[in-house]
Amino acid sequence: MSVDRLRRTAPEVSNSGAVHSRSLPRQLHPGAWWLWSLGLAAAASRTTNPVLLLLILAVAGFVVAARRGDAPWARSYAAFLRLGLLVLAARVVFAVVLGSPVGGTHVLFTLPQLPLPSWAQGVRLGGSVSLEGILFALYEGLRLAVLLACVGAANALASPSRLLRSLPGALYEAGVAAVVAMTFAPNLVADVRRLRAARRLRGRTDRGVRAVLSVGLPVLEGALERSVALAAAMDTRGFGRTADVPRRLVRTAGALTLAGLLGVCGATYGLLTAGSHAWALPVLLAGVAASAAGLALGGRRSVRTRYRPDPWALPEWLTAASGALVAAALIWYAGRWPEALTPSVVPPTAPRLPLLPAAAALIGLLPAFVTPEPPRSTR
Amino acid sequence: MITFEQVGVRYADAAEPALRGVDLTVPEGELCLLVGPSGAGKSTLLGTVSGLVPHFTGGVLEGRVTVAGRDTRTHRPRELADVVGTVGQDPAGHFVTDTVEEELAYGMESLGLPPAVMRRRVEETLDLLGLAELRGRALSALSGGQRQRVAIGSVLTVHPKVLVLDEPTSALDPGAAEEVLAVLQRLVHDLGTTVLLSEHRLERVVQYADQVLLLPGPGEPPVLGAPAALMARSPVRPPVVDLGRLAGWDPLPLTVRDARRRAATLRERLPAPAPAPAAPTAPAIATVSRLVVSRGPVPALRGVELALFPGQITALMGRNGAGKSTLLGSLVGLHAPDSGTVRVDGRTPHKSRPKDLIRSVGLVPQDPRDLLYAETVADECTAADQDAGAEPGACRSILAALLPGIDDRCHPRDLSEGQRLTLALAVVLTARPPVLLLDEPTRGLDYAAKARLVEILRALAADGHTVLLATHDVELAAELAHRTAVLAEGEIVADGPTPEVVLASPTFAPQTAKILPPYLTVPEVAAALRELP
Repeated sequence: MSVDRLRRTAPEVSNSGAVHSRSLPRQLHPGAWWLWSLGLAAAASRTTNPVLLLLILAVAGFVVAARRGDAPWARSYAAFLRLGLLVLAARVVFAVVLGSPVGGTHVLFTLPQLPLPSWAQGVRLGGSVSLEGILFALYEGLRLAVLLACVGAANALASPSRLLRSLPGALYEAGVAAVVAMTFAPNLVADVRRLRAARRLRGRTDRGVRAVLSVGLPVLEGALERSVALAAAMDTRGFGRTADVPRRLVRTAGALTLAGLLGVCGATYGLLTAGSHAWALPVLLAGVAASAAGLALGGRRSVRTRYRPDPWALPEWLTAASGALVAAALIWYAGRWPEALTPSVVPPTAPRLPLLPAAAALIGLLPAFVTPEPPRSTR
Repeated sequence: MITFEQVGVRYADAAEPALRGVDLTVPEGELCLLVGPSGAGKSTLLGTVSGLVPHFTGGVLEGRVTVAGRDTRTHRPRELADVVGTVGQDPAGHFVTDTVEEELAYGMESLGLPPAVMRRRVEETLDLLGLAELRGRALSALSGGQRQRVAIGSVLTVHPKVLVLDEPTSALDPGAAEEVLAVLQRLVHDLGTTVLLSEHRLERVVQYADQVLLLPGPGEPPVLGAPAALMARSPVRPPVVDLGRLAGWDPLPLTVRDARRRAATLRERLPAPAPAPAAPTAPAIATVSRLVVSRGPVPALRGVELALFPGQITALMGRNGAGKSTLLGSLVGLHAPDSGTVRVDGRTPHKSRPKDLIRSVGLVPQDPRDLLYAETVADECTAADQDAGAEPGACRSILAALLPGIDDRCHPRDLSEGQRLTLALAVVLTARPPVLLLDEPTRGLDYAAKARLVEILRALAADGHTVLLATHDVELAAELAHRTAVLAEGEIVADGPTPEVVLASPTFAPQTAKILPPYLTVPEVAAALRELP
């Protein structure tokens, strides 16, 4: 019996009604979490109102606290929050040192200004720092920080490697390459740390740039050795086995995918440049269809099956929809009443909380209540 | 199940073939143990079975290897994946996914097994290997023994006919090694899997083997046969076999139990062993008191008390993750203490400048390669002289004294494990530290290299050096250490003269001590027998 037949006749275990229940602990489909968080991020990108941004941040944080598992990557939310704070701080420092594009009359203090040559006109170092400039930088920085927090939330709720597992068969190998590359970086950092410590054992100092540089070669050697070992292990475990398919099919799949992607690129260019290009939209659709067909055909070469694929059931729909709804509401509101979402900084006013967007942001809390809890592994 | 027909392997840059004249058949359902000194071609032989040699490593394969009827020359490793399961030396390098359950399923997904079959086999394998509680755990959060079991499980799920393992227990503590070997034996008994494994620590595995495949050395043809018969002529032997040869038992006992039955008369003849030498009276050169060290959020050491004396060799034992490496690291200032104090030769390690500290204490890390940066052995020695401020040639002469015959132009990575360890030791000794620490020095060493290390360390201790070694190797500790300390969960739970500590615990007792207590090693028994009238 061919593998293909087996695959089709196998009973679909996960198709029972239990997947819709929220009382049965299971992992939510990673795609649902990413769609939800991208929705929140899209919403956050529409506003600089700090009250609203903090509300979105709180919504994301609440859901993460309620629904993250106990795997190591679930702790990444805090790291993203710290990164966000760093970005916020950097934005404000730059505004103080380099000045701000928004002028202002409320001067807080004046730094000594560095005289710059005439060719550097338009660049300013030091000088007066206005309340408006600081506020503007603060709002912008906060928006970036909240965007980062949304990505961090997705990261903590569903590790990117789980998301890559759900890629279509034709893209699977590229997905594995991406996963391996992702684990490469943390390993490299651990190696650098270990070898820097080992420098101490040789009586050399372990601080400074030279210490890091001198371990470069051994670290690369180690990383290379590890990659080779992993490649060997993957090969012995059947990675890259392909089904016997006609050559013509492989070529057709490749050609379709390539043509489709070219079409998408061209159409995107047409859509984004000024002027109306009537051809762009049909070409875009045709490109998407062609690449989808190519990927589907290419997937026939792969003999892979999936172990316990994450089901897409009611909780997934609700989660993805809640994210989309938040985004849609804020985009719509920003189009109608932009002044409420971007509080004026010149002159500085106290930001107010617009009721409708705030209520919309609260929809993002839905996943904390409608999704099943993640299974807890016993320690 | 596995047939070798006139198999030889030659790598492009090597003068001698790595393997030649292998002509034998490993029958189905046997646990076959690959035995031989370092460099005899054990890993190469294992590679020819999984197809990694020559498809992955390069080199020229002569003759023919067939596994379950498939020729490895025409089948690539991935096409053998459903009949051969391979687990390398380092299980961490084997993992592709990030949780236990996904890792177990990975091989089956690659082979395209139906989901229902995968689901069932994962559950079976979780039970078979006792991993059910760990199913959702991240692989990075597992201990060494657990990782090795997951690695074995991940190749078992595809139901391979042959399992190939390269040193599965060398990195494990005695308890975890027992766990892994029990699993292997269960596979052979219950599933009829053919297991081919290589291992340097024969005392752990030889009693489980149905067949021994002896590779006597480079250039000599390998022999397959019954373990007892081959152990009689093998250049590498576990202590129990050494004892049998010493006592002239025939057939040779392979298990402690067999030997104990035979040993009744010998036990009566042997006099009580000489009392252990008195504890040193010199003041301690290194002291650790109430030491608490955290690695990340977890406390790795919780209130450790330890004093090291000149001329004394101390073994530090305990399971993987008990805090042995952290304790050694604290003694050379790699980890700052949260509380408590560390004093070594009058210095506080984590506050001392590295340049000064290496004159007081030296550490050979678990992987000696961490210490070696240069392109050649000669460059490495020159750099060590400069680092230590020693006169030129000091390191090279120490190296020559420890192990003659290392080529100056060799790249440190091309040396054998034993040579590399000796080079790292010479580098550390160049600064003449009175305190010497070694982390897991016998990993990957064969018996000959280990015997050399024992001699070197004894000479250093006789010279007045203080030696502290962290090890899982109970035989090494019994042979070498005057004193043994046992760490568990970051606390010292036993500390005393080696005979006292190891005789009190079945896990840490060497084979000889289980057969002829209170003797700990074969040389001790031999010496006592010579004394007899």
